Parts: sequence; structure tokens; C-alpha cells
Amino acid sequence: MDRVVLDSLEPLIAVLTGMGYTVAGPTVRDGVIRFAEISSAADLPAGWTDEQNAGRYRLRRAAGPEATGSQDRLETGDASAGDGEQVFGYAASPDSAKRYTHPPRTTLFRLRDGVPEEAGREAPPIALLGVRPCDLAALAVQDRVFLGGRYPDPAYRARREALLLIAVDCATPGGTCFCASMGTGPTAVSGFDVALTELTGPHRFVAAAGSPRGAGLLAALPTRPATAADLEAAEEVGRTARTRMGRRVELDGLKERVAEAHDSPIWNETASRCLSCANCTMVCPTCFCTTVEDGADLADGTAARAERWDSCFTLGFSELGGAPVRGSGAARYRQWLTHKFSTWVDQFGGYGCVGCGRCITWCPTGIDITEELERL
Amino acid sequence: MNAPRTNGSRPTGGRVPRLAVWKFASCDGCQLTLLDCEDELLTVAGRVEVAHFLEASSIRGAGPYDLSLVEGSITTPDDLERIRHVRRVSRNLVTIGACATAGGIQALRDFADVREFASVVYARPGYVAALERSTPISAHVPVDFELRGCPIDRRQLLEVIGAFLAGRRPDVPAHSVCVECKLRGAACVVVAHGTPCLGPVTQAGCGALCPAFGRGCYGCFGPAESPNAAALNARLRELGMSTPELVRVYRTFNAASEPFRRAAEEAGA
Repeated sequence: MDRVVLDSLEPLIAVLTGMGYTVAGPTVRDGVIRFAEISSAADLPAGWTDEQNAGRYRLRRAAGPEATGSQDRLETGDASAGDGEQVFGYAASPDSAKRYTHPPRTTLFRLRDGVPEEAGREAPPIALLGVRPCDLAALAVQDRVFLGGRYPDPAYRARREALLLIAVDCATPGGTCFCASMGTGPTAVSGFDVALTELTGPHRFVAAAGSPRGAGLLAALPTRPATAADLEAAEEVGRTARTRMGRRVELDGLKERVAEAHDSPIWNETASRCLSCANCTMVCPTCFCTTVEDGADLADGTAARAERWDSCFTLGFSELGGAPVRGSGAARYRQWLTHKFSTWVDQFGGYGCVGCGRCITWCPTGIDITEELERL
Repeated sequence: MNAPRTNGSRPTGGRVPRLAVWKFASCDGCQLTLLDCEDELLTVAGRVEVAHFLEASSIRGAGPYDLSLVEGSITTPDDLERIRHVRRVSRNLVTIGACATAGGIQALRDFADVREFASVVYARPGYVAALERSTPISAHVPVDFELRGCPIDRRQLLEVIGAFLAGRRPDVPAHSVCVECKLRGAACVVVAHGTPCLGPVTQAGCGALCPAFGRGCYGCFGPAESPNAAALNARLRELGMSTPELVRVYRTFNAASEPFRRAAEEAGA
């Protein structure tokens, strides 16, 4: 389908709401960008950008005249759009689409008088606005994990199908980004319903449909055909973003190199800096490991089993016969890195890393996965 | 610091289990958590016979008891005798809170001379019969389960009581507070704000209460299962904490727990 231009996101949000979608998009919360329900384009983080490095994330006003009064805005969370300000002018936020497709805690079944009742699988329709190309790649990885093989997860499928994805090309990758070297960004190629490229001067969005659902959505909006100048400006966004990657990973021979490093002394050194806090796995858009929690209601005598995010960095995760198999921090870090770049390939036919850089940014001690790979 | 698990032994013959709550050196906050279970309190009272709970009733039902919740640390010669009695009359003994599990804030005496404290505070210190150290219950008698927190968390207390009634292992994870931060979608205060936080070395259980309100974790629930305080200390120094400040953050409610004691020493105590 030919690409079109949207002058505002307001009609898009209104049409999606009219279609029965809950629209979730980036907002400013507690000094970070977070997905939350939005009702208007004014809820988006206009004029905000981020600085990311190992163990450090700071939100600030983008350079320019709007910089004055930034502190007030940060504190009040007022993200009202100024004219011409970018609303997607930042890199990956702590939330990925994982929170929607694979929520932190879900009930699997209940037991009433010993009789199991399966939990409902109805997933409410959610339109996720502002999904980055790295996160589209992560969803493709998740799809292989949850829907491939002999035992597809029907609850994941229901949530995934209820999700409408409006991607946004990355214009301002952060200091910890390396999607270009992973081949997952910064431009959205597939896996979306609609993909947007944000342009300024004047503020507008070049839009492309990636599915019949997306084409129907664009057809319901006030648009005009994209001119050659619009398309060239959109191309330029991708070209520039590509040069702004703060990190890179050399994939050539990596799978074998990681596998051969099993007995490397490096793991112990890395473990001396690793907190085993599990932050890297929690923010990772592809990490999918869970544990089960059994609980009983004292009042009505029902029991329930829930699935909760777990991590290969907890001791309980590898507990067998009363003791953890991976008792040392070195063994746990090795397991995680080896899975992402080596055994994941054997298991699922691709890397478990999409280059979003979240594990680097959100590691409290700033352990850099790209540096660790370089050292092996 | 691997917590023992409940042995799951329950009364036989359909008898209503008998609950006792005991206090040693403590502030009563953890016992109050049971009374704070407002919505669930009548349910709990319907499932167990509250036989001995002086905070709630002056009735002293005689032992033995099926489940004893023990609050407070051992700090006097009398405590030493009394905890042995409590153990003898209890089928299951669960410690509740940082005092009973790690010695509590009063274990700061371990790092000083308790007689000197007494001489400064009391006009006639000779009346004070205090032990040199404040010690957890597990230092004196076998403990079936240790519930962390200063104070303990209401939901975790109900989980432990519910697990005891069902004869199963309580679901009380020993991982870091960071996991709870991420589950609830709270921003990391270390990374996003540069705020010092003990979350990465502290056991979960509070639901990441402080970080969710933009404050660093104070370590109320004690050391997590595999804390790396040396790595965290290096980071906390980068965030501007001095040696005395670092020592002080570990020397609070769980100061005498082995990992936090070592963390303070590594920091330069």
C-alpha cells in the first residue's frame, strides 16, 4: 500500500477508541517513559528525550527553546504538546510490549472443592502506540517461543491477537542501543499493523500499513498521499538513526565463540560486579521464564495457580532436589549470556537478543552485555 | 541465611488448630500486623483458635499450640528460658519480623558495649539484666520458618498461616526487591534518579514499597538469597555515599544478619 501522511495522531487515537481499543502509549511517569492508557495525543511525551548509558537513564527536555521550565514539567508529568515538538524523540523505555503479551503475573487455573476451573482467556483489545522496531523483533522472538513447537500457549495467543501494533521508526537511538548490528532496527520492516515515521518542520507522520487491519485503520483517517519529499525525509530519519547507535555487537562467529567460552575465567570477574538482582531479565523484551505460585483463599477455600515472571538469576529458578544447580553468580550470568547468543539459536533458530540495550541501561552496576561479548 | 521450612505437621482428628503469639524484645509492630488483617481477621479467627495472644486478649489458653508466631529477639537471661518453653509447647514455630529473625535494631549493641549504653540511659543500670548481644530465635531453638520484614508484610503473614493450615510450603520468595519493582512496573530509582537503594541485596516481600514512591530501599526485609554487597557498595559510592553513610545503611533492623554485618565491614566499619 502507498504511504500516506498524518498531520496529527488525534484522529488515530479517536478512531481506535471508537473501535473499542484501549489505547496505550508512551507517557512520562516517575522520571521515565512508560506505557499507559492515553486518551489524547496530548498525553504523549512531546519534547522529551532521554540519555542512556550503562546503569544510567535520565529524561530531559530536548534541546531548544522548550528547555526552560523543564524541571516543573518533569515533576508534574505535564507532557502537553508544544508545536513541532517530537513526541517519539527518545529510545527504548523500561517497558516493552512484553508487559502486554506476557504480563508479570497471570492466573492459570483455580480449584474450587478440588475441581479445576481454567482461567478465562479473553484478552481485551489494546492498541499499543509507539512500539519500536527492536520490540517488534522481540515480539517475533516471543511468537516463536510461545506459539512455535508442539505446545503453543493459548493465553499468549489470545493476548497477542488482541494487540494492535502501531510502530514508530526510531529517530533517536540511545547510548546503549545496538539494534543496527543485530539487524532488528532502527526502521520498522514487518510485524506491525501500522508503522509511523515522525517528521518535523512541519510536525507530521509518514504512515504505512503492514496488515489488512492496519490498512483499514489508515483508510478511516484523514490522510494525504506522501510526497517524494516526505518519503526522502523519512528515509533520512532511518539513515541518521543508524549512525547514532551507542553500542554494537559483532555477530560473525559469535554463537560458537560464546559456546566455547564455557570455562572462561571471565565469568567469575563479571560475577564480581553482578548483583544477581534479575533486573536485566525483567526488562529484557524476550526473556520469558516464569515460575508458578500456588495460593489458597482462607475465606472461600479456593486455591489458585498463577504464573509469575522468574529469572535465571534467582536461586529458586534452578533448584533441583533441594539445591540450585547454578549456585554461583558466575554460573547464572554465563547461563543468561549463553542462552541469548548461543543456545537460543539452537532452540529457536535465532538470537534471544534484539539490541534494545535495556539490560545495559537498567543494570544497577552497569554491566554491558556488548562489552562482555567483546571480552569472550 | 537459608530459612527453614514449615514441616507442615498439622493437628489430627479435625481439631481446630491452636494459635499462639509470643513477644520477646520487639516493638509489637509485627504482632499488630496480625490485627491489621482487618478484612481477613475474622476468617483467620474462624480457622484457628487464637489461644494465646496478649496483644489482643488477656486470656492465656494453656498449651500445647499447633502454631506459634514469635516476635522479638533474645536479649535477657529470662528470654533464654522462655523461648525454650515456647518451643516445647509449640508444634510449629514461626518467627515474625527482623528482631526474631536477625536480632533487630537492638542488635546494634553487638557492635558496642551494652553496659556502657545502660550506664548512659538508666539512673540505676544495676537493675537492667541485659545480655551482651541481641540474638535471633534460631540461635537458641529450632525454627520451622522465618518471616522477614520490619514490620512483616500482611499478605505474607496470611500466606504463611494459610500454608500452615494447608500443610504446604509457604510461597515467600527469597529473591531481590528488584524483582518486585519490575513486577509492579516501578522505575528503578538507582538508574533513573541516582538514588541510593538497597533493593538489589534485599529480600523481596514488601512489594517494593519505597521504590514505588521514589525512595531507595532501606533493607527492612534483610539480605536476599545471594547478595553481592561489595558490588552494590561500589555503585553506592559512585552515587556519592561516604563510608560512614554506607556503614549506617546496613546497620539498621537487620544489622546482625551475617550478610549485612559483612557488608558494613566491607564498607569500612
